[in-house]
Amino acid sequence: MDSFYTIVFYSLAFCSTYVQVFFLVTFFEKRRSIVKHPHVLELKNYPTVTVAVPCYNEERTVRKTIESLQALDYPKDKLSIFLIDDGSTDTTWEVFKKFENTNGISIFKKENGGKHTALNLALSKCNTEFFGCLDSDSLVHPQALKRIINMFEGDPKAMSIVPSIIVLDPKNIIQNAQKAEYEMAIYIKKMLGFMGGIHVTPGPFSIFRKKVFDDLGEYRKAHNTEDQEIAFRMQENGYKIDHCNDAYVYTITPSSIFKLYKQRLRWVYGSINNMIDYRRLLFRKKYGTVAFFTIPAGIISIVSVVFVFFMLIYNIGKFVYTKFTQISTVGLSNYHNLNFDWFFFDTKTVFFFSIILYILLVTSVIIGRRMANEKRAISISVVYFIVIYSVLAPLWVLKAIFNSFISKESSWTLERIPSKT
Amino acid sequence: MQPPSTNYKKIILTLLITLTLFGIAFGTSYYFDTRKINQLHTVEDKISIDLLSSETQFSLLQELSCKDISTSVLSSELNSLADKITYSENNIGNDNVNVINLKKAYSLLEIKDYLLMKQITTRCGQKPIFVLYFYNNDSCADCTKQGYVLTSLRESYPNLRVYSFDYNLDLSAIKAMISIYKVPNELPALVINGKVYSGFQSIEAVEKTFPQLQTIKKKVVPKSTSSSTTTSTTTDSKSTNSTN
Repeated sequence: MDSFYTIVFYSLAFCSTYVQVFFLVTFFEKRRSIVKHPHVLELKNYPTVTVAVPCYNEERTVRKTIESLQALDYPKDKLSIFLIDDGSTDTTWEVFKKFENTNGISIFKKENGGKHTALNLALSKCNTEFFGCLDSDSLVHPQALKRIINMFEGDPKAMSIVPSIIVLDPKNIIQNAQKAEYEMAIYIKKMLGFMGGIHVTPGPFSIFRKKVFDDLGEYRKAHNTEDQEIAFRMQENGYKIDHCNDAYVYTITPSSIFKLYKQRLRWVYGSINNMIDYRRLLFRKKYGTVAFFTIPAGIISIVSVVFVFFMLIYNIGKFVYTKFTQISTVGLSNYHNLNFDWFFFDTKTVFFFSIILYILLVTSVIIGRRMANEKRAISISVVYFIVIYSVLAPLWVLKAIFNSFISKESSWTLERIPSKT
Repeated sequence: MQPPSTNYKKIILTLLITLTLFGIAFGTSYYFDTRKINQLHTVEDKISIDLLSSETQFSLLQELSCKDISTSVLSSELNSLADKITYSENNIGNDNVNVINLKKAYSLLEIKDYLLMKQITTRCGQKPIFVLYFYNNDSCADCTKQGYVLTSLRESYPNLRVYSFDYNLDLSAIKAMISIYKVPNELPALVINGKVYSGFQSIEAVEKTFPQLQTIKKKVVPKSTSSSTTTSTTTDSKSTNSTN
């Protein structure tokens, strides 16, 4: 049993290390290409842009979201803001109405049908060159749109550009853990952008050329992760997705373990099922990085989380069984030898491998923090991230795998608990 | 459509770096394992010298009174050595040549101590209880339990001398003992004062079979002197861990 675990561990460790090293090699290869825009940027052209804000019971946060869009440093006559109420049962619509006559803002109300239906409604009304979405729990940096459009202007092949997402005002340990994770994601997304392997265009402020939807069709339900599906569809059709590292979007993250669990269950469930739906891309040369790197890396990460979880359970079970046998055989009285000897310090290869993997992970967070313009290279949030995700991630991954087997979808709508009016 | 480009140079570079990191992990582990084995060799050498010293003392017995004979050959250092060998079996590998050799050397030291102690106690008119414990490292849940029992007994009866032997260890001296005492292959097996007991023996069973154990029961002593009592015990904790 132990040797089986060891072989699987080494295989997964090798693949995980390879992925992390590949990111690092890409970073050192491309670090001079990481763009840092001037604080205030002027563009030659200001193409027209529509930003849709789909909402379901977001009365508490959407006002700030809208205000952040209004504060964008972008010509008002070039920017349309569509606020879509996806059948909210709280006062979201009343909040919308207060912005109704504001320049550039259009409001829409529809029956609840899920985020993708709200976005498709916006798409059907959109006549601009660019289209984007901003989740109603997120705020944009005033320069974000200009920086993204500047990248589009510089690269005619770029069909979508995704921003750097930063956790907004983390208040507790759960949110701080996510802060480190999001910082790491900035770095990974940038590297995937360089490699042409981005597999998700997140809800908070990913901007597309409208042509993408004209050519490939509208958003699909896609297991309630339409932002992953559209990215896979784009990759399948050779539409380039890039990342603008200094286009910052600040998002409110789940504040409790249960909310985080629900969100990640939906993400991982969507990720698994979108990978299954697009399995035809896997290891097909014409799909490049997504086929040979992104999807395999996603599979490895899911398998690794499950494996480490079962390894942990196995070891805990073994320990409990040993102690139980010991106590049931001779009782509790004879075990008081607590002398420490360095000889018994774990020096197995698995231990050193774990250290290497953790060093690579912390390095990813540090680089991500630099890209997020954090002053300090490292913070305690990385410890929260490692500890909390080590415990919780297996739970949502296992549940997502289980749900995938029984075809039970998680819901974007149910994730948003209606507030009392 | 984006033409897919394959950067083989980068793929190979990444592979080389990954292999280097693998090498570092394996190399570091190997370095520490080697250091641990060397440490065990050192301890074993020291114990070997101690044992030789006791044998020499015994040879000089004619010229010494019994109270001058040291009986601390299998000292706490040897108990510690047993724990470390067991740990090495579990963590470095019970098929590692160095670990197997250490275990063989340890078993020989035990046998030598057993023979010497038997002679000394006979010569000096003592009535100790010797336990030879034969276990199997593979698929023997009762051996694990027996190990706990013997460790517990050793705690209660510090002068109880327990010598543990891996039944399957390829060592002619152990095979000879198995043959002499007619130890069956149904393990665990105990040889207590020359009599063979096969199968798991609980604490109560051992105590019932050997009421004379009470004569060597650990005395409660003030804390300041208890350590010296423990140091002078000559038992072996190998039994606890060898089957883990």
